[in-house]
Amino acid sequence: MNIVTPEIGLIFWQVVIFLIVVLLLRAYAWKPILSSLKERESSIEGALRMADQAKLEMQQLQAGNEKLLAEARMERDRILKEATTMSNQFIEQAKTKATEEGARMIEQAREAIRNEKNAALAEVKNTAAQLSIDIAERILRRELTDQPAQQQLVDSYLKEVKLN
Amino acid sequence: MKRLLFALFCLLSLTARASEPVATTADATESENFNPGEMILHHIGDSHEWHWFTLGETHVTTYLPVIAYRAGSGLSVFSSHELAEGKVHEGLKLEHEHLVSTDGAKVYDFSITKNVATLMIASALLLIVFISVARGYAKRGTAAPRGMQSFFEPLIIFIRDEVAKKSIGPKYERYMPYLLTVFFFIWFSNLLGLLPGGANLTGNIAVTLTLAAITLLITLFSSNKNYWAHIFATPGVPKPLLFIMIPVELIGVVVKPFSLMVRLFANITAGHIVTLSFISLIFIFRNIGIAPISIAFGLFIFFLELLVAILQAYIFTLLTAMYIGGAVEDHHDADYQIGGGDGAAPAQAH
Repeated sequence: MNIVTPEIGLIFWQVVIFLIVVLLLRAYAWKPILSSLKERESSIEGALRMADQAKLEMQQLQAGNEKLLAEARMERDRILKEATTMSNQFIEQAKTKATEEGARMIEQAREAIRNEKNAALAEVKNTAAQLSIDIAERILRRELTDQPAQQQLVDSYLKEVKLN
Repeated sequence: MKRLLFALFCLLSLTARASEPVATTADATESENFNPGEMILHHIGDSHEWHWFTLGETHVTTYLPVIAYRAGSGLSVFSSHELAEGKVHEGLKLEHEHLVSTDGAKVYDFSITKNVATLMIASALLLIVFISVARGYAKRGTAAPRGMQSFFEPLIIFIRDEVAKKSIGPKYERYMPYLLTVFFFIWFSNLLGLLPGGANLTGNIAVTLTLAAITLLITLFSSNKNYWAHIFATPGVPKPLLFIMIPVELIGVVVKPFSLMVRLFANITAGHIVTLSFISLIFIFRNIGIAPISIAFGLFIFFLELLVAILQAYIFTLLTAMYIGGAVEDHHDADYQIGGGDGAAPAQAH
């Protein structure tokens, strides 16, 4: 029975010492330990949340970058296309202008040639007429020295007038 | 390193225990027969002096102070050396480690016995260890734990998350100091009891009685109206049956801490008795050949006791937390298995 009979002395000391230990440990050990643990856990949680947020932000940033890049690419394509069209237009215009200019110049040249030709022809004609008149004058001067022949010619002319 | 130390303690413990009965057998061969029952009860009981070992005829003993109060003669304080070997001092003498007065007056014995001394050592150890652990937190702040801090941190977190939060619920923080202290007190005391020459502190009914009584008081003082409603008007029980249910529930209030008391006491005492019994075998058979078997079994029981030391501390803490949890619970859903099973997130609006 001895071992199952509690002794008053040990109960007394156990109560006193144990309660002192609980109070001392609560003040100097458990409270600082538990608050440090809580603090550490919340700081770890905060760090994790911040990392997540940073990741999200990075993703958003990356998406933004990609969008910007795509926009830039589109812009470049547009500018390139515009430039090509414009240059094509320029070339086309230049070509038409050149053709027109050439045609005009050819026309002008033709005109000049024609004028020159006409002038030349007129001169040739004049010269030919002058020559024939000169030749005819000289022939006439020699012929008219002879009187009967002159009478004969006048007569033939008169005959011709009569017919008209 | 720690394992090596434990192994060393274990070996020392066995040799120390073995050496004590050697003297007894030496005496026994001369005068009386070896009585294992008496030897074991002497070893697991309390005593007024701390007997370490006996070499031949020299007893190596630490005499502890005797503090006794008698209604007539008041307080007497003296060394237990004065009472050694049946001597009478100030009208007091020891009868089977029990302090009695020669004139038959009632003696209130408040002596610093072997168990009280062990209690003081365990308490000092707790204070030194955990205040230095707390200092580690103060020094390192939220950085990773080191040394002793990292050894105890998982245990503290385990008690907080797996025991207190799950059993008590959102109000767990108030009870953390008691739960942590009781866990580490029982564990340290159990380990001290396993050291060679160590006292059987947690295997003493007075110690477990006190711890269980503190648990009961905390439970009663933190109980809310649901707790009492459950006792005096158990939900779902017809009115006439309450005449039976109320006494049963009231007995339950006392039986819970009573089971705590008996469980710890019986487990630790049983371990000590089994170890001592295996050692006693050598002296019962009076044959050195039995020693290897005794030591092998003793070693096995010792390692088992190392496990039991922390297991019983855990069980005591867990049950304490569950009793407190039952007293502070806001609703009774858990009783009907309707949710509330997870103590970490209970008592939400229903």
